[in-house]
Amino acid sequence: MATDPRSAPPDLGISRRSLLKGTAASGASAFGAFQAGAQEAEAVPAGGPEVEVEITINGRPERFTLDARTTLLDLLRERLDLTGTKVGCNHGQCGACTVLVDGTRINSCLRLAATLDGAEVTTIEGLAEAGEMHPMQQAFIDNDGFQCGYCTPGQIMSAVGCVTEGHAGSEAEIREYMSGNLCRCGAYKGIVAAVVQARDETEARGAS
Amino acid sequence: MRPFSFQKPGSVEEAVAVVEPMGVAGQGGAFHAGGTTVIDLMKLHVLQPPSLTDLGGVLERGIEEGEDGTLRVGAGTTMAEAAEHPAFLRAPVLSEALWKAASAQLRNVATLGGNLLQRTRCPYFRDNVSACNKREPGSGCAAKDGINRLLAVLGTSESCIANYPGDWANALILFDAVLETRSGGGGREIAFGDLHVPPGEDPARETILGDDELITAIRLSVPEWASRSVYTKVRDRDSYAFALTSAAVALDLDGDTVREARLAIGGAATVPWRAREVEDWLAGRELTEDVAVEAGRRAFAGARGWGENDFKIPLGRDTVARGLMEAKAMTPRNSGDSQ
Ligand SMILES: Cc1cc2nc3c(=O)[nH]c(=O)nc-3n(C[C@H](O)[C@H](O)[C@H](O)COP(=O)(O)OP(=O)(O)OC[C@H]3O[C@@H](n4cnc5c(N)ncnc54)[C@H](O)[C@@H]3O)c2cc1C
Ligand code: SF4
Repeated sequence: MATDPRSAPPDLGISRRSLLKGTAASGASAFGAFQAGAQEAEAVPAGGPEVEVEITINGRPERFTLDARTTLLDLLRERLDLTGTKVGCNHGQCGACTVLVDGTRINSCLRLAATLDGAEVTTIEGLAEAGEMHPMQQAFIDNDGFQCGYCTPGQIMSAVGCVTEGHAGSEAEIREYMSGNLCRCGAYKGIVAAVVQARDETEARGAS
Repeated sequence: MRPFSFQKPGSVEEAVAVVEPMGVAGQGGAFHAGGTTVIDLMKLHVLQPPSLTDLGGVLERGIEEGEDGTLRVGAGTTMAEAAEHPAFLRAPVLSEALWKAASAQLRNVATLGGNLLQRTRCPYFRDNVSACNKREPGSGCAAKDGINRLLAVLGTSESCIANYPGDWANALILFDAVLETRSGGGGREIAFGDLHVPPGEDPARETILGDDELITAIRLSVPEWASRSVYTKVRDRDSYAFALTSAAVALDLDGDTVREARLAIGGAATVPWRAREVEDWLAGRELTEDVAVEAGRRAFAGARGWGENDFKIPLGRDTVARGLMEAKAMTPRNSGDSQ
């Protein structure tokens, strides 16, 4: 598809993002879907009905008036400039947009901000405490859990969720329960090792 | 996404009073539960509802255990919660069909009600431009002569060959489930096996639900012997992929002899597909490998391939045979040590 008619409704001017999206390649994915141009979070055009929500993001409560179409991913990146959370497929298929909502990992690209009134969101920017890296962040560095780094924030947030859920019991279990995060560089070996290291550290801290 | 208004009803009654039709005939109301199907399709403009009615905080969540293996499951229970519930672990097919579906992130959000009503992954349905009778009645079906590797070989029609992609429905259909629903007109019960309708001449209509009808709970009855049950899922990669073919199997064995078998097929059919004739054929037989292979052959006796998906017929047969043999090889927990 050279131009994607869906990326910019006709009543809008062409934005940088819709131009970028026009170049997205199509192909049949593992989900049997054609990837509609989706490399960038949709710039939400003005004019739709609005919603009011209060969301605590990385410990800071804030009120927002938003177009109802705004996803949590849009809110984080476009409104708050928290660009650590990445846009990959924008359709729940790759995990790059993973954040924690009330401690649970989710895909922020498929989650409407309108559903999050009263929720607490943690992004990669909110993981470190008092300037000290979260054990999972350190473990990814120690174990070469990445190459290009694009999927890494999503991997780390997902890995934190995986350990909290109790699904990091063995390497096989980690692979199964981390399968929602794709890494095109193929750093999976390091990622699994990182989760094991951080799991053990977290357990040791809990025990002491 | 096209603009829509977001409605946040405070109760089931309010939800069914305010919901608007999805905008595609026979597709029910524009409810938003976990949103993992509906937001995906709205981003693709396949769905363009004028409003979304959010079910967050409105739907029942959790699983109640009654007498004699009866379960009442709130439609708002997430896939992740359900997959780990002790009642589902006792009949492993119910849990396995969930944890082998989607990803941990999606399962944390997606609800069982929404899961049953997920839409096909047919690439032409999703691309929003090709001929597709399901999306645009009367426009034709681009998949029949196109990229149909993932699509159905059972229950198809000349109008549509889309497969029902969900996993859990195939486990649920083994247990004579009943859906409790609510609409403006009141409540009713639907046998789960009647919910989905094969494409026939009107593939846009996927279920018998009304435009304002909400699934509130799912009741099912799980016999103790269903501790011998499996969900065998064959896919292009080992995790996080839809089924090419799958078999949901529960077996009641007396030694090696089948007292009762229950079998459903996923990935390869247009609707959740219980293979009752094969179940009847299995009853009373000694379950050998030959018998399992023959059961697979019978399960796909009426199958028709469309080119790229021809492989699903032999693969589906083998999946059924493997599912049966895997269930046979299980050591189910005996009645004494449950709880
Ligand atoms: C990348 C990806 C991979 C996936 N892989 C798998 C897989 O391997 N196996 C699998 O089984 N599934 C898979 N899925 C599908 C996923 O399981 C479904 O999207 C999810 O279960 C839908 O639940 P939801 O609560 O998010 O539904 P929603 O998107 O909120 O709703 C889905 C539909 O149901 C309607 N609805 C929702 N709840 C009710 C109700 N209570 N009463 C009446 N109508 C209702 C909505 O109006 C909508 O039409 C995958 C999805 C994605 C995005
Ligand atoms: S198989 Fe069904 S969903 Fe796919 S293009 Fe044909 S009519 Fe549409």
